Amino acid sequence: MKRNQILTILSIILLFLFLWYANNNLSAYYIRILNNTAIFLMLAASYNLINGVTGQFSLEPNGFTAIGAYTAAILTLTPAQKEAMFIISPMVPWLQNLHMSFFPALIVAGIVTAIVGFLLGFPVFRVRGDYLAIVTLGFGLTIRVVSNNTISITNGPLGLKGIENYTNLWWTWGFAVVTLIIIMRLINSEFGRAMKAVRDDEDAAIAMGINTFKIKMIAFVTSAFFEGVAGGLLAHLITTISPTLFTFFLTFNLLIIIVIGGLGSMTGTAIATILVVWGSEILRFVEQPMHIFNFTIPGIPGMRMVIFSILLIVIMIFAREGIMGQKEFSWDSLFKLFKTKKVANK
Amino acid sequence: MKKLFSFLAVIVAALMFMTSNGFAKEIKIGVVWPMTGPIASFGQMAWKGVQITKDMEPKTKDGATIKLILLDNKGDKVETANAVSRLITKDHVKAIIGAIASGNTLAAAPIAEKNRIPLLSSSATNPLVTKGKKYVSRVCFIDPFQGAVAAKYAINNLHAKTAAVVIDISQDYSVGLAKFFIDNFKKMGGKIVVKTSVQTEDQDFSAQVSAIKGKNPDIIYMPTYYQALALFARQARQFGLKQTILAGDGAESYSLLKVGGKAVEGVTFTTHYDPKATAGKVGKEFLAKFKKNYNVDPDAMAALGADAYLVMVDAINRAGGSNATSEAINKAIRSTKNFHGITGVLTLVNGDAVKSAVIRQVKDGKFVYVTTVNP
Amino acid sequence: MNTTLILQQLFNGLALGSLYGLIAIGYTMVYGVIRLINFAHGDVMMVGTYIAILAVSVLLLPWWAAFLLTIFATAFVGVVIDKIAYKPLRNASRISSLITAIGVSFFLENLFLVIFGGVPKSFPIPALFSGTLHIKGVILPVISIIVPIVALAFLAILMYILHNTKYGIAMRALSLDMDTTRLMGANVDAIISFVFAIGSSLAAAGGIFWALKYPSINPLMGIMPGLKAFAAAVLGGIGSVPGAAIGGFIIGIVEILAVALFPPLAGYKDAFAFLLLIFVLLFKPTGIMGEDLERGRF
Repeated sequence: MKRNQILTILSIILLFLFLWYANNNLSAYYIRILNNTAIFLMLAASYNLINGVTGQFSLEPNGFTAIGAYTAAILTLTPAQKEAMFIISPMVPWLQNLHMSFFPALIVAGIVTAIVGFLLGFPVFRVRGDYLAIVTLGFGLTIRVVSNNTISITNGPLGLKGIENYTNLWWTWGFAVVTLIIIMRLINSEFGRAMKAVRDDEDAAIAMGINTFKIKMIAFVTSAFFEGVAGGLLAHLITTISPTLFTFFLTFNLLIIIVIGGLGSMTGTAIATILVVWGSEILRFVEQPMHIFNFTIPGIPGMRMVIFSILLIVIMIFAREGIMGQKEFSWDSLFKLFKTKKVANK
Repeated sequence: MKKLFSFLAVIVAALMFMTSNGFAKEIKIGVVWPMTGPIASFGQMAWKGVQITKDMEPKTKDGATIKLILLDNKGDKVETANAVSRLITKDHVKAIIGAIASGNTLAAAPIAEKNRIPLLSSSATNPLVTKGKKYVSRVCFIDPFQGAVAAKYAINNLHAKTAAVVIDISQDYSVGLAKFFIDNFKKMGGKIVVKTSVQTEDQDFSAQVSAIKGKNPDIIYMPTYYQALALFARQARQFGLKQTILAGDGAESYSLLKVGGKAVEGVTFTTHYDPKATAGKVGKEFLAKFKKNYNVDPDAMAALGADAYLVMVDAINRAGGSNATSEAINKAIRSTKNFHGITGVLTLVNGDAVKSAVIRQVKDGKFVYVTTVNP
Repeated sequence: MNTTLILQQLFNGLALGSLYGLIAIGYTMVYGVIRLINFAHGDVMMVGTYIAILAVSVLLLPWWAAFLLTIFATAFVGVVIDKIAYKPLRNASRISSLITAIGVSFFLENLFLVIFGGVPKSFPIPALFSGTLHIKGVILPVISIIVPIVALAFLAILMYILHNTKYGIAMRALSLDMDTTRLMGANVDAIISFVFAIGSSLAAAGGIFWALKYPSINPLMGIMPGLKAFAAAVLGGIGSVPGAAIGGFIIGIVEILAVALFPPLAGYKDAFAFLLLIFVLLFKPTGIMGEDLERGRF
């Protein structure tokens, strides 16, 4: 048991050593993608908690990330910045003068999103059926409607600009690692086992005396919290946010990640995040004009999305387990693998 | 040894002289416009305009060729930011022309500011674009002016006392322009009787139309893009609204005429350019060459793109030609005064162009010139 | 607000609501039979309008032939989608087929974006549908009169099929218990295909009338009507066909009346259907016409 903990801590140290190296030596482009990877890892892990571990199909990430991003950005912008930016109608006074530093703003963003998650989950989890998906899908669109309309809070379609660029590799990866540790501990707790029970057979879970409403709610609110924090990190990475930024495409990307990694496996999620984030950068070439011999194929904008959706359907039909299925990586299994190899060698 | 050293020194000096004068008969300017994506038609038109003016003025005063490097931003904020940093760090451009939309220009602005490279937009009309910026300028008028022109026209020419305002709540452009219209219309004694909103993708406007009908205003001001405007006009006419619909420069599109059909007859809008309002030698030459090359009249985007190029070249010349620093070019751009361009005579104040606006109208399925309004 | 204006708004809402209803029927039938929220249903409607536009402008068919072709072709598209994407997952967990449905929806939207671009196309309107009638101050565009009539006609035909034909009875049996129905010797796959065909052809009809009423079409046009139609299906009681139609009428009328009575609320219009959905889940999860959610029976 102790050996495993030491190994885990060692690999985390190794990760941060790499980040230190990357921070000093890699170009801004690669650092941006590394930051994106960490934020997506956070989002995908919390998304997998509700979809994969608890088995409740939800489409919340774009809406929740938007709430987190707006909350955190409003809190870190200075009153003077807000006054200059709200040219259509002034910001409501109590928000206008609210100002915090980065870390507390992120935590508040997480809490606000978690509260919204609770309010949204309440009507949905009381009834059986697949309403969560449609309610969260509708919520993502509604968030856009609301942020466009509440001009004295969100600055409407003009969005928030000049957000301080606080987010760096230490913040993103620090939060990503913490998120993974907390979610893993939750999965291995009694709550986690109850979540899996709800996923595998809801009737049996009820018969076992599990309060399915409470269990679904815990999973959903935890997801919401981390998605809110990730949204705050995202806002301080790209520095301008507007209602059009948080489209369904974000949710779709995360869905692909958790499906490729394996619904219910955090290890799979981590592997798939790296594959998808870097892969979609590489896939950009399909939208560029291509020169093959003497022919020029004009770039087709949007082709990436077509490829992604075909990929999703094909995986669901032919490789539903994804990379890891519902299994997790563990040091024990790694050592076992070595041992069996040694035995085989003998 | 000493001889060899001085010989080498001469060679080095000669090389340096050649690189600074002999080879540098070229000045690089970046252009960031949407050539693909949802607003590609705007970028393509602007690029056509630039090519005509580049034919007319291909070199700086001191004989250096102006090299334009065009990058496509796909109408996307992130792509715009990427393209601008690439132009600055990889291509080492002296100045940048771009982008078309206000939102995209805003995404590019912090990068231009940080690297102290002048960014000259052709058609970003939102006031925030240049606010508090030292290196961002534009050759188009800004929305507060456009809103004021519309209000003035409504009151003086259409003799309107009351107005209904329909806002596209999902477009920063529309929300801003509507506010400036309302402020001015009220200041001039007009009354807003209905204020209602739509969203870009909306298709049913019957409720908004009925709400307006109940109040029977003298005019309807709807500063949205052409998609919503076309469908709104259809439904408004269907339900018997006969008021003049007044709009902004976002209305100007072939799609408006196609989707709107007979319903958009009489729609009147403020914009930047009309071939009929062309004045001055440069403007007439541009119009003739554009028509000859492309077989169509230039539109506002083409004329503004052309103006961005002309103002840029003029600034480079005033800053000392091809050897001018970015800093000097920026200063020259921002001190442009009484410049006779394609879209009129323009003077830059704090990076914003002060110039006249044109009013156009849909008549017999075409856009026709109505009048010019001076600032 | 006087009576004429209120009548006018009710009429406008009825016309919009019958379009939602036509689309909602497809949702409710598919959900009733295989318990799947077919996220791609709104996009199937979009596909229908593009087929119609091609039939009119490329194949140069007269409008009635083009519409018939559209209805059959879209029904075929619906059946193919089921065969390729949903059928292999019939025995998998429900979450798998839901994810696949999202994939299909995203695929259709982006495929059409790549093929046709994002710029809206104008839909050619036959002269027959473009007039208006004036009755005591209320203005009735012809198309807005035709739409509810057509919707009710489709509903009547469908109810007849469901209750008086062998296929219809099998469909209702299927929605109660798939395995038992199979044991009774019914061809379950064929029946499910038939359900998709009916749902998709109603979506196509909805799409055509949508485009006749709002003649500006683009590849993302199906998203919002799809979502609202689903809310309508839940409101009416998911699994109930007349419920879906009633739910559609209610959402259409609420949307129009709320905006007409309170113009400043117009910006929130798209949120109303969503709020209604939450409201139904909170207070009457079975909807207006629905019985137990887990035992839908049209």
